[in-house]
Amino acid sequence: MQYTRPTSVNDAVSLLAEAKGTAVVLAGGSDLLVRMKGGFVEPDLIVDIKSIDGIGEIRQTADGFAIGAAVPCAVMGEDEALKNAWPGVVEAANLIGSKQVQGRCTVTGNLCNASPAADSVPALVAAGARAAIAGPGGNRTVPVEEIPTAPGKTSLAKGEIIEAILLDKRAPRSGDAYLRFIPRTEMDIAVVSAGVNLTLDEQGVVTAARVALGAAAPTVLLVAQAAEALIGTAADEDALEKLAAACSAACKPIDDKRGTVEFRKKVAGVLARRAAMIAYKRAGGK
Amino acid sequence: MSGIAVSTTINGDDVEFLCQAEETLLDVLRDRLGLTGAKEGCGTGDCGACSVIVDGRLVCSCLVLGAEAEGRSIETIEGMADGEKLHPLQEKFLEHAALQCGVCTPGFLMAAKDLLTRNPDPTEEEIRFALAGNLCRCTGYDKIVRAVQDAATVMKGA
Ligand SMILES: Cc1cc2nc3c(=O)[nH]c(=O)nc-3n(C[C@H](O)[C@H](O)[C@H](O)COP(=O)(O)OP(=O)(O)OC[C@H]3O[C@@H](n4cnc5c(N)ncnc54)[C@H](O)[C@@H]3O)c2cc1C
Ligand code: FES
Ligand code: FES
Repeated sequence: MQYTRPTSVNDAVSLLAEAKGTAVVLAGGSDLLVRMKGGFVEPDLIVDIKSIDGIGEIRQTADGFAIGAAVPCAVMGEDEALKNAWPGVVEAANLIGSKQVQGRCTVTGNLCNASPAADSVPALVAAGARAAIAGPGGNRTVPVEEIPTAPGKTSLAKGEIIEAILLDKRAPRSGDAYLRFIPRTEMDIAVVSAGVNLTLDEQGVVTAARVALGAAAPTVLLVAQAAEALIGTAADEDALEKLAAACSAACKPIDDKRGTVEFRKKVAGVLARRAAMIAYKRAGGK
Repeated sequence: MSGIAVSTTINGDDVEFLCQAEETLLDVLRDRLGLTGAKEGCGTGDCGACSVIVDGRLVCSCLVLGAEAEGRSIETIEGMADGEKLHPLQEKFLEHAALQCGVCTPGFLMAAKDLLTRNPDPTEEEIRFALAGNLCRCTGYDKIVRAVQDAATVMKGA
């Protein structure tokens, strides 16, 4: 096995594209190193992206935020501007693992690991986040929900890396929130989870919304019917009831020791409703 | 032996070592550099026994490659005491009997040190959350929390 530490995106892409055998990207390593130890992956080449110029920074641009692919989640939690604009995304990122894991893990790695239970992913999807991808064929930008295609699988082609996660500039009166259910208080994998992002008009009526569920299907679910239930309402009881029902109906969860299908469906609705109420408050609604 | 040549700083000293690509920082510390304070409890990021601080961030050294240490500044438990003088956290762990077998202790001390650097006056809840990545099979955690609270009080007075 070889280890390399390129200093430019172009070098990282060529190393990955030209590698014979298995070449993998290393960001925080909190999935990759665990999988290597378990013998689930035996890379021939590790491409550590953390020395690439600028990739460890959160940049504020004219369009919003660009969270570099090597930014540890702990750093996202320390960025006041990001936290103010996207509190739901940041709270989801900060739920990952322990303080030790926070010092290393990235939301890009969380996305590319393609676990159905990845905590930051439903929040990113609800936020309408996009992934800026560099590859041997050039650059492209796609909605984050297009990255995971199945548990452990992504749509990234050989040689492609995500450079940054892009979040839009906030419209006034917007808020987002993320909640997960775990049997413990921390250090556990989501049994089911929900992210909600919405924008209000001056009267407190929802004009735009996105609702996403985690651990409810093989990949993250964007539930359009749940968003439609909110739009045009002041997130009243009736709208929240419809949103919860739409979420429960959209779930295609597994049955395992952590939760039954019935439990996951029910709790998906409950969490989405609570997250919607938090997002509504954060957007300035009463 | 061939390998990757790494220059780093450990507890303020310049250190150079050779390692293989797959070796973790924990392996390097323990097996190549003789710094056996950090322990391997799980090897998968769950127990925190291997906690060290890299460039000011608490991390599990079992989930860092040795090669990644290049150009970094690493703090381990071996650098915590000032010569013969124990750090207040170490003193309070002894005083409160916050350890039994001691395997978890270096990790708890590093995590507690990181917490008190960021938050010199944590609540009990903040202490318990900050130490959630450290497992102890012996003490039941209560004495550890008391020791950290007491150390925080002493350090604030200093
Ligand atoms: C103790 C522990 C607790 C955890 N708890 C949680 C939890 O509560 N919730 C949760 O969601 N996850 C949890 N995780 C999983 C893990 O921490 C996250 O998935 C993390 O966000 C992965 O990020 P990373 O930077 O460490 O990724 P890495 O391990 O470096 O990479 C993960 C995968 O993504 C690929 N990759 C990384 N960056 C890129 C890129 N820029 N472009 C293309 N591919 C890339 C890698 O090749 C690899 O396949 C936990 C892990 C541990 C060890
Ligand atoms: S040995 Fe590193 S976390 Fe357990
Ligand atoms: S003292 Fe034995 S594991 Fe903590």
